[in-house]
Amino acid sequence: MARTVVPFGPQHPVLPEPVQLKLECEDERVVGVLPVIGYVHRGIEKAAELNGFRQNVFLCERVCGICSFMHALCYCQAIEKMMGVEVPPRARFLRVVWAELSRIHSHLLWLGLLADSFGFESLFMQIWRAREIIMDLSEMTSGHRIIQSTCIVGGVRRDIDSEMAKKVETDLYRLKEMMDATILQVILNDPTIKRRTVDKGVLSKEQAYSLGAVGPTLRGSGVALDIRMTGYAAFKEIGFEPVVETAGDSYARTLVRVRETYQSLKLVLTALSMMPKGEIEVRVDGWPKGEAISRTEQPRGELIYYAKGNGTNNLERLKIRTPTFANIPTLLVMLPGCELADVPVITLSIDPCFSCTER
Amino acid sequence: MPWMFPTVIKNLFSRPATRRYPFFDTREPFPDARGRLYFDTSKCDLCQDCARVCPSDAISVDTKGQEIHYDPFKCIYCATCVQTCLQKAISMDNHYMLPAYQKSEETYKVQAARA
Repeated sequence: MARTVVPFGPQHPVLPEPVQLKLECEDERVVGVLPVIGYVHRGIEKAAELNGFRQNVFLCERVCGICSFMHALCYCQAIEKMMGVEVPPRARFLRVVWAELSRIHSHLLWLGLLADSFGFESLFMQIWRAREIIMDLSEMTSGHRIIQSTCIVGGVRRDIDSEMAKKVETDLYRLKEMMDATILQVILNDPTIKRRTVDKGVLSKEQAYSLGAVGPTLRGSGVALDIRMTGYAAFKEIGFEPVVETAGDSYARTLVRVRETYQSLKLVLTALSMMPKGEIEVRVDGWPKGEAISRTEQPRGELIYYAKGNGTNNLERLKIRTPTFANIPTLLVMLPGCELADVPVITLSIDPCFSCTER
Repeated sequence: MPWMFPTVIKNLFSRPATRRYPFFDTREPFPDARGRLYFDTSKCDLCQDCARVCPSDAISVDTKGQEIHYDPFKCIYCATCVQTCLQKAISMDNHYMLPAYQKSEETYKVQAARA
Protein backbone atom coordinates (compact mmCIF):
# COMPACT_ATOMS: atom_id res chain seq x y z
CA MET A 1 0.00 0.00 0.00
CA ALA A 2 1.20 3.52 -0.75
CA ARG A 3 2.50 5.45 2.21
CA THR A 4 1.68 9.09 2.91
CA VAL A 5 3.54 11.42 5.25
CA VAL A 6 1.15 13.52 7.32
CA PRO A 7 2.72 16.37 9.31
CA PHE A 8 1.33 16.83 12.83
CA GLY A 9 2.25 20.29 14.06
CA PRO A 10 4.25 22.43 14.79
CA GLN A 11 1.00 24.35 15.04
CA HIS A 12 -1.84 22.04 16.02
CA PRO A 13 -5.11 22.84 17.79
CA VAL A 14 -4.73 19.95 20.26
CA LEU A 15 -1.11 20.41 21.22
CA PRO A 16 -0.09 23.96 22.10
CA GLU A 17 3.53 22.83 22.14
CA PRO A 18 5.59 23.45 19.00
CA VAL A 19 6.67 19.98 17.89
CA GLN A 20 6.34 18.42 14.50
CA LEU A 21 5.64 14.73 14.17
CA LYS A 22 6.11 13.44 10.64
CA LEU A 23 3.62 10.59 10.59
CA GLU A 24 4.10 7.93 7.95
CA CYS A 25 0.66 6.51 7.30
CA GLU A 26 -0.87 3.57 5.47
CA ASP A 27 -4.51 4.59 5.09
CA GLU A 28 -5.56 5.66 8.59
CA ARG A 29 -2.86 3.65 10.35
CA VAL A 30 0.42 5.18 11.48
CA VAL A 31 3.41 3.01 10.59
CA GLY A 32 6.32 5.33 11.29
CA VAL A 33 6.99 8.56 13.11
CA LEU A 34 9.78 11.11 13.10
CA PRO A 35 9.70 13.85 15.76
CA VAL A 36 11.22 17.19 14.75
CA ILE A 37 12.08 19.64 17.52
CA GLY A 38 13.88 22.97 17.58
CA TYR A 39 11.12 25.55 17.17
CA VAL A 40 11.44 27.36 20.51
CA HIS A 41 15.10 27.32 21.42
CA ARG A 42 15.75 30.29 23.73
CA GLY A 43 19.41 29.87 24.67
CA ILE A 44 18.78 29.70 28.40
CA GLU A 45 21.89 27.62 29.13
CA LYS A 46 24.08 30.27 27.50
CA ALA A 47 22.23 33.08 29.26
CA ALA A 48 22.89 31.28 32.56
CA GLU A 49 26.63 31.64 31.94
CA LEU A 50 26.26 35.40 31.47
CA ASN A 51 24.04 36.08 34.51
CA GLY A 52 25.20 36.00 38.11
CA PHE A 53 24.54 32.73 39.94
CA ARG A 54 21.90 34.28 42.20
CA GLN A 55 20.06 35.86 39.26
CA ASN A 56 20.03 32.48 37.51
CA VAL A 57 17.34 31.26 39.90
CA PHE A 58 14.84 33.54 38.17
CA LEU A 59 16.12 32.56 34.74
CA CYS A 60 15.84 28.83 35.50
CA GLU A 61 12.28 29.33 36.75
CA ARG A 62 11.41 30.54 33.29
CA VAL A 63 12.58 27.35 31.58
CA CYS A 64 9.09 26.02 32.16
CA GLY A 65 5.92 27.95 32.76
CA ILE A 66 4.18 25.16 34.61
CA CYS A 67 6.74 23.53 36.88
CA SER A 68 8.81 26.66 37.47
CA PHE A 69 9.29 26.02 41.18
CA MET A 70 10.96 22.63 40.59
CA HIS A 71 13.45 24.23 38.20
CA ALA A 72 14.41 26.84 40.82
CA LEU A 73 14.58 24.12 43.47
CA CYS A 74 16.79 21.89 41.35
CA TYR A 75 19.13 24.76 40.48
CA CYS A 76 19.36 25.93 44.09
CA GLN A 77 20.10 22.38 45.27
CA ALA A 78 22.95 22.11 42.77
CA ILE A 79 24.51 25.42 43.87
CA GLU A 80 23.99 24.61 47.57
CA LYS A 81 25.68 21.24 47.08
CA MET A 82 28.61 22.94 45.34
CA MET A 83 28.99 25.57 48.07
CA GLY A 84 28.28 23.24 51.00
CA VAL A 85 25.27 25.21 52.23
CA GLU A 86 23.00 23.57 54.79
CA VAL A 87 19.38 24.69 54.19
CA PRO A 88 17.32 25.21 57.37
CA PRO A 89 14.64 22.53 57.99
CA ARG A 90 11.72 24.96 57.77
CA ALA A 91 12.88 26.10 54.34
CA ARG A 92 13.05 22.47 53.17
CA PHE A 93 9.44 21.89 54.27
CA LEU A 94 8.29 25.11 52.61
CA ARG A 95 9.99 23.98 49.41
CA VAL A 96 7.97 20.74 49.54
CA VAL A 97 4.73 22.71 49.97
CA TRP A 98 5.32 24.88 46.90
CA ALA A 99 6.70 22.02 44.82
CA GLU A 100 3.66 19.86 45.52
CA LEU A 101 1.24 22.75 44.93
CA SER A 102 2.78 23.21 41.49
CA ARG A 103 2.54 19.47 40.87
CA ILE A 104 -1.20 19.52 41.60
CA HIS A 105 -1.59 22.52 39.32
CA SER A 106 0.40 20.87 36.53
CA HIS A 107 -1.46 17.57 36.74
CA LEU A 108 -4.86 19.31 36.77
CA LEU A 109 -3.82 21.41 33.78
CA TRP A 110 -2.78 18.25 31.93
CA LEU A 111 -5.99 16.39 32.82
CA GLY A 112 -7.98 19.31 31.46
CA LEU A 113 -5.95 19.32 28.25
CA LEU A 114 -6.46 15.57 27.87
CA ALA A 115 -10.23 15.99 28.22
CA ASP A 116 -10.03 18.83 25.70
CA SER A 117 -8.02 16.68 23.28
CA PHE A 118 -10.90 14.27 22.78
CA GLY A 119 -13.54 16.96 22.90
CA PHE A 120 -14.83 16.49 26.46
CA GLU A 121 -15.24 20.22 27.03
CA SER A 122 -17.37 20.12 30.16
CA LEU A 123 -14.80 17.99 32.00
CA PHE A 124 -12.04 20.29 30.79
CA MET A 125 -13.80 23.29 32.28
CA GLN A 126 -14.56 21.53 35.57
CA ILE A 127 -10.92 20.56 35.99
CA TRP A 128 -9.62 24.03 35.21
CA ARG A 129 -12.18 25.49 37.60
CA ALA A 130 -10.72 23.27 40.33
CA ARG A 131 -7.21 24.28 39.32
CA GLU A 132 -8.05 27.93 39.97
CA ILE A 133 -8.08 27.13 43.73
CA ILE A 134 -4.41 26.16 43.52
CA MET A 135 -3.59 29.28 41.48
CA ASP A 136 -5.14 31.45 44.19
CA LEU A 137 -3.24 29.60 46.92
CA SER A 138 -0.05 30.14 44.97
CA GLU A 139 -0.71 33.87 44.68
CA MET A 140 -1.58 34.11 48.35
CA THR A 141 1.51 32.28 49.63
CA SER A 142 4.16 33.32 47.13
CA GLY A 143 2.93 36.51 45.44
CA HIS A 144 2.53 35.19 41.90
CA ARG A 145 0.10 32.73 40.41
CA ILE A 146 2.55 30.62 38.42
CA ILE A 147 6.17 31.71 38.67
CA GLN A 148 6.49 31.69 42.45
CA SER A 149 10.06 33.06 42.72
CA THR A 150 10.25 31.99 46.35
CA CYS A 151 13.20 29.61 46.18
CA ILE A 152 16.66 31.15 46.43
CA VAL A 153 20.14 29.81 47.08
CA GLY A 154 20.21 29.19 50.83
CA GLY A 155 16.52 28.74 51.54
CA VAL A 156 13.24 30.42 50.63
CA ARG A 157 12.17 34.06 50.56
CA ARG A 158 8.72 33.83 52.06
CA ASP A 159 7.19 32.16 55.05
CA ILE A 160 3.75 30.58 55.39
CA ASP A 161 2.26 31.65 58.72
CA SER A 162 -0.39 29.70 60.62
CA GLU A 163 -3.25 31.80 59.25
CA MET A 164 -2.16 31.13 55.67
CA ALA A 165 -1.58 27.45 56.45
CA LYS A 166 -5.17 27.19 57.70
CA LYS A 167 -6.47 28.78 54.50
CA VAL A 168 -4.33 26.42 52.40
CA GLU A 169 -5.76 23.48 54.33
CA THR A 170 -9.42 24.48 53.93
CA ASP A 171 -8.93 25.27 50.23
CA LEU A 172 -7.21 21.95 49.59
CA TYR A 173 -10.15 20.12 51.21
CA ARG A 174 -12.47 22.13 48.97
CA LEU A 175 -10.41 21.01 45.95
CA LYS A 176 -10.53 17.41 47.15
CA GLU A 177 -14.33 17.61 47.41
CA MET A 178 -14.58 18.93 43.86
CA MET A 179 -12.27 16.17 42.64
CA ASP A 180 -14.21 13.46 44.50
CA ALA A 181 -17.64 14.68 43.42
CA THR A 182 -17.18 14.91 39.65
CA ILE A 183 -13.68 14.74 38.21
CA LEU A 184 -12.63 11.41 39.73
CA GLN A 185 -16.01 9.78 39.05
CA VAL A 186 -15.94 10.82 35.40
CA ILE A 187 -12.35 9.68 34.83
CA LEU A 188 -12.93 6.32 36.53
CA ASN A 189 -16.29 5.51 34.95
CA ASP A 190 -16.94 7.43 31.78
CA PRO A 191 -17.00 5.18 28.69
CA THR A 192 -15.91 7.96 26.28
CA ILE A 193 -12.66 8.50 28.17
CA LYS A 194 -11.99 4.78 28.32
CA ARG A 195 -12.68 4.28 24.63
CA ARG A 196 -10.12 6.92 23.72
CA THR A 197 -7.38 5.91 26.16
CA VAL A 198 -7.57 2.22 27.16
CA ASP A 199 -5.11 0.10 25.12
CA LYS A 200 -3.92 3.16 23.19
CA GLY A 201 -0.18 3.76 23.10
CA VAL A 202 0.87 0.72 25.09
CA LEU A 203 4.39 0.83 26.51
CA SER A 204 5.64 -2.32 28.22
CA LYS A 205 7.67 -2.27 31.43
CA GLU A 206 10.86 -3.40 29.65
CA GLN A 207 10.44 -0.88 26.82
CA ALA A 208 9.79 1.98 29.24
CA TYR A 209 12.88 1.11 31.26
CA SER A 210 15.22 0.52 28.31
CA LEU A 211 14.10 3.69 26.48
CA GLY A 212 14.89 5.70 29.60
CA ALA A 213 11.36 6.99 30.17
CA VAL A 214 10.79 9.04 33.31
CA GLY A 215 7.95 10.20 35.50
CA PRO A 216 4.31 9.13 35.02
CA THR A 217 5.21 7.59 31.65
CA LEU A 218 7.56 5.18 33.43
CA ARG A 219 5.34 4.64 36.46
CA GLY A 220 2.31 4.01 34.25
CA SER A 221 4.22 1.03 32.84
CA GLY A 222 4.82 -0.48 36.27
CA VAL A 223 8.31 0.72 37.21
CA ALA A 224 8.37 2.21 40.72
CA LEU A 225 10.90 4.98 40.20
CA ASP A 226 10.46 8.48 41.52
CA ILE A 227 13.25 10.88 42.47
CA ARG A 228 11.29 11.91 45.54
CA MET A 229 12.26 8.46 46.89
CA THR A 230 15.83 9.79 47.26
CA GLY A 231 14.48 12.13 49.94
CA TYR A 232 15.56 15.53 48.66
CA ALA A 233 14.15 18.66 50.37
CA ALA A 234 12.01 17.28 53.20
CA PHE A 235 10.74 14.10 51.54
CA LYS A 236 12.94 11.99 53.85
CA GLU A 237 11.12 13.25 56.95
CA ILE A 238 7.67 13.23 55.35
CA GLY A 239 8.06 9.78 53.77
CA PHE A 240 7.16 8.93 50.22
CA GLU A 241 5.76 5.99 48.25
CA PRO A 242 5.59 6.24 44.43
CA VAL A 243 2.29 5.77 42.59
CA VAL A 244 2.46 2.87 40.14
CA GLU A 245 0.04 1.53 37.51
CA THR A 246 0.87 -1.55 35.48
CA ALA A 247 -1.21 -1.42 32.28
CA GLY A 248 1.18 0.88 30.39
CA ASP A 249 -1.48 2.49 28.16
CA SER A 250 -2.68 6.10 28.02
CA TYR A 251 -5.36 5.36 30.61
CA ALA A 252 -2.76 4.05 33.08
CA ARG A 253 -0.73 7.23 32.68
CA THR A 254 -3.89 9.27 33.30
CA LEU A 255 -4.61 7.28 36.46
CA VAL A 256 -1.04 7.78 37.70
CA ARG A 257 -1.51 11.53 37.41
CA VAL A 258 -4.94 11.49 39.08
CA ARG A 259 -3.58 9.44 41.98
CA GLU A 260 -0.50 11.66 42.22
CA THR A 261 -2.78 14.70 42.54
CA TYR A 262 -4.38 13.11 45.60
CA GLN A 263 -0.96 12.09 46.91
CA SER A 264 0.35 15.66 46.50
CA LEU A 265 -2.68 17.00 48.38
CA LYS A 266 -1.76 14.70 51.24
CA LEU A 267 1.94 15.65 51.02
CA VAL A 268 1.15 19.39 51.26
CA LEU A 269 -1.09 18.82 54.29
CA THR A 270 1.56 16.61 55.95
CA ALA A 271 4.32 19.12 55.24
CA LEU A 272 2.22 21.94 56.73
CA SER A 273 1.41 19.93 59.86
CA MET A 274 5.01 18.74 60.37
CA MET A 275 6.56 22.15 59.63
CA PRO A 276 9.32 22.87 62.16
CA LYS A 277 9.88 26.38 63.50
CA GLY A 278 12.98 28.40 62.81
CA GLU A 279 14.91 30.22 60.12
CA ILE A 280 13.85 30.08 56.47
CA GLU A 281 17.08 31.28 54.93
CA VAL A 282 20.80 31.13 55.59
CA ARG A 283 23.29 33.71 54.42
CA VAL A 284 25.37 32.47 51.51
CA ASP A 285 28.78 34.07 51.13
CA GLY A 286 31.33 33.57 48.40
CA TRP A 287 31.01 32.14 44.93
CA PRO A 288 30.42 28.61 43.67
CA LYS A 289 33.45 26.55 42.75
CA GLY A 290 33.50 22.96 41.51
CA GLU A 291 30.78 20.83 39.96
CA ALA A 292 27.45 19.48 41.17
CA ILE A 293 24.54 17.45 39.87
CA SER A 294 21.07 17.79 41.31
CA ARG A 295 17.90 15.83 40.60
CA THR A 296 14.27 16.58 41.40
CA GLU A 297 10.98 15.03 40.39
CA GLN A 298 8.98 17.31 38.14
CA PRO A 299 5.32 16.63 37.31
CA ARG A 300 6.64 15.16 34.04
CA GLY A 301 9.50 13.17 35.54
CA GLU A 302 13.10 13.41 36.54
CA LEU A 303 14.83 16.77 36.11
CA ILE A 304 18.63 16.96 36.13
CA TYR A 305 20.77 20.07 36.59
CA TYR A 306 24.52 20.01 36.17
CA ALA A 307 26.39 23.13 37.23
CA LYS A 308 30.07 23.99 37.09
CA GLY A 309 31.47 27.02 38.87
CA ASN A 310 34.94 28.54 38.70
CA GLY A 311 34.95 30.69 41.82
CA THR A 312 33.45 33.76 40.17
CA ASN A 313 29.96 35.21 40.21
CA ASN A 314 29.19 33.54 36.86
CA LEU A 315 28.85 29.83 36.27
CA GLU A 316 31.10 28.21 33.74
CA ARG A 317 28.43 25.79 32.55
CA LEU A 318 24.83 24.95 33.34
CA LYS A 319 23.26 21.90 31.74
CA ILE A 320 19.56 21.17 32.06
CA ARG A 321 18.05 17.78 31.17
CA THR A 322 14.29 18.07 31.22
CA PRO A 323 11.95 15.06 31.50
CA THR A 324 10.25 15.46 28.11
CA PHE A 325 13.62 14.98 26.41
CA ALA A 326 13.80 11.54 28.01
CA ASN A 327 10.19 10.76 27.10
CA ILE A 328 10.32 11.60 23.37
CA PRO A 329 11.81 8.17 22.39
CA THR A 330 8.78 6.40 23.87
CA LEU A 331 6.62 8.07 21.19
CA LEU A 332 8.53 6.08 18.56
CA VAL A 333 7.29 2.88 20.20
CA MET A 334 3.79 4.02 21.13
CA LEU A 335 2.69 5.73 17.93
CA PRO A 336 3.40 3.12 15.18
CA GLY A 337 0.33 0.91 14.80
CA CYS A 338 -2.19 3.40 16.13
CA GLU A 339 -5.01 5.14 14.27
CA LEU A 340 -4.31 8.65 13.00
CA ALA A 341 -7.11 9.98 15.23
CA ASP A 342 -5.39 8.62 18.34
CA VAL A 343 -2.12 10.45 17.72
CA PRO A 344 -3.06 13.60 19.73
CA VAL A 345 -4.16 11.61 22.78
CA ILE A 346 -1.08 9.36 22.77
CA THR A 347 1.28 12.29 22.24
CA LEU A 348 -0.42 14.15 25.05
CA SER A 349 -0.19 11.12 27.35
CA ILE A 350 3.54 11.69 27.92
CA ASP A 351 2.65 15.25 28.99
CA PRO A 352 5.09 16.83 26.53
CA CYS A 353 6.69 20.18 27.31
CA PHE A 354 8.86 21.04 24.33
CA SER A 355 9.60 24.58 25.45
CA CYS A 356 11.34 22.98 28.45
CA THR A 357 13.12 20.46 26.27
CA GLU A 358 14.66 23.07 24.00
CA ARG A 359 15.40 25.52 26.81
CA MET B 1 -21.95 10.86 30.03
CA PRO B 2 -24.17 10.14 33.04
CA TRP B 3 -21.46 11.10 35.56
CA MET B 4 -21.23 14.61 34.21
CA PHE B 5 -25.00 15.27 33.92
CA PRO B 6 -25.71 16.58 37.47
CA THR B 7 -22.84 19.07 37.21
CA VAL B 8 -23.82 20.20 33.73
CA ILE B 9 -27.44 20.77 34.77
CA LYS B 10 -26.37 22.55 37.95
CA ASN B 11 -24.08 24.80 35.93
CA LEU B 12 -26.91 25.69 33.57
CA PHE B 13 -28.87 27.34 36.36
CA SER B 14 -26.07 28.75 38.51
CA ARG B 15 -24.04 31.92 38.31
CA PRO B 16 -21.01 31.79 36.01
CA ALA B 17 -17.75 30.69 37.68
CA THR B 18 -15.75 33.28 35.78
CA ARG B 19 -15.85 37.07 36.16
CA ARG B 20 -17.09 39.03 33.15
CA TYR B 21 -13.93 41.06 33.06
CA PRO B 22 -14.41 44.22 30.99
CA PHE B 23 -17.87 44.83 32.52
CA PHE B 24 -17.02 43.94 36.12
CA ASP B 25 -13.86 44.47 38.10
CA THR B 26 -11.44 41.66 38.79
CA ARG B 27 -11.04 40.41 42.34
CA GLU B 28 -8.75 42.31 44.67
CA PRO B 29 -5.24 40.79 44.61
CA PHE B 30 -3.93 39.16 47.80
CA PRO B 31 -2.11 41.56 50.15
CA ASP B 32 1.26 39.91 49.53
CA ALA B 33 0.96 39.69 45.74
CA ARG B 34 3.85 41.19 43.82
CA GLY B 35 2.79 44.08 41.63
CA ARG B 36 4.01 47.49 40.50
CA LEU B 37 7.24 49.01 41.76
CA TYR B 38 7.51 52.50 43.22
CA PHE B 39 10.73 54.40 43.87
CA ASP B 40 10.94 56.85 46.74
CA THR B 41 13.39 59.40 45.36
CA SER B 42 13.86 61.18 48.68
CA LYS B 43 15.38 58.04 50.25
CA CYS B 44 17.59 56.86 47.38
CA ASP B 45 21.36 57.30 47.82
CA LEU B 46 22.28 56.16 44.28
CA CYS B 47 24.20 53.10 45.51
CA GLN B 48 23.13 51.05 42.42
CA ASP B 49 22.45 47.89 44.43
CA CYS B 50 19.05 47.51 42.76
CA ALA B 51 20.58 47.68 39.29
CA ARG B 52 23.25 45.13 40.27
CA VAL B 53 20.84 42.47 41.59
CA CYS B 54 18.11 42.88 38.96
CA PRO B 55 17.90 39.58 37.00
CA SER B 56 16.41 41.24 33.93
CA ASP B 57 18.38 44.51 33.76
CA ALA B 58 15.21 46.53 34.21
CA ILE B 59 16.77 49.14 36.47
CA SER B 60 19.73 51.35 35.68
CA VAL B 61 21.03 54.17 37.85
CA ASP B 62 22.68 57.24 36.41
CA THR B 63 24.84 58.58 39.25
CA LYS B 64 26.01 61.68 37.38
CA GLY B 65 22.60 62.79 36.23
CA GLN B 66 21.11 61.53 39.53
CA GLU B 67 18.39 59.55 37.83
CA ILE B 68 16.88 56.09 38.11
CA HIS B 69 15.67 54.51 34.88
CA TYR B 70 13.15 51.74 35.33
CA ASP B 71 11.62 49.72 32.51
CA PRO B 72 8.39 48.09 33.76
CA PHE B 73 8.18 45.98 30.60
CA LYS B 74 11.54 44.32 31.27
CA CYS B 75 10.76 43.87 34.96
CA ILE B 76 9.81 40.34 36.06
CA TYR B 77 8.40 41.51 39.42
CA CYS B 78 10.61 39.23 41.50
CA ALA B 79 11.02 41.86 44.25
CA THR B 80 14.75 41.19 44.67
CA CYS B 81 15.45 44.94 44.49
CA VAL B 82 12.85 45.62 47.20
CA GLN B 83 14.61 43.15 49.50
CA THR B 84 18.07 44.42 48.61
CA CYS B 85 17.56 48.19 49.00
CA LEU B 86 19.18 49.24 52.28
CA GLN B 87 17.50 52.66 52.21
CA LYS B 88 14.03 51.10 51.77
CA ALA B 89 13.54 53.38 48.79
CA ILE B 90 11.75 50.81 46.63
CA SER B 91 8.29 49.59 47.52
CA MET B 92 5.92 47.17 45.86
CA ASP B 93 2.19 47.42 45.42
CA ASN B 94 -0.06 44.36 45.20
CA HIS B 95 -1.76 45.55 41.99
CA TYR B 96 -0.25 44.28 38.78
CA MET B 97 0.66 46.61 35.94
CA LEU B 98 -2.04 47.21 33.36
CA PRO B 99 -1.37 46.61 29.68
CA ALA B 100 -0.28 49.56 27.55
CA TYR B 101 -0.17 50.46 23.87
CA GLN B 102 3.46 51.50 23.95
CA LYS B 103 6.43 50.27 25.92
CA SER B 104 7.89 53.10 27.91
CA GLU B 105 10.60 53.64 30.49
CA GLU B 106 10.05 55.47 33.75
CA THR B 107 12.62 58.01 34.89
CA TYR B 108 12.91 59.16 38.48
CA LYS B 109 14.96 62.23 39.40
CA VAL B 110 16.66 61.60 42.74
CA GLN B 111 16.24 64.50 45.17
CA ALA B 112 19.11 65.55 47.42
CA ALA B 113 21.21 62.47 46.90
CA ARG B 114 23.37 61.62 49.87
CA ALA B 115 25.87 59.66 47.83
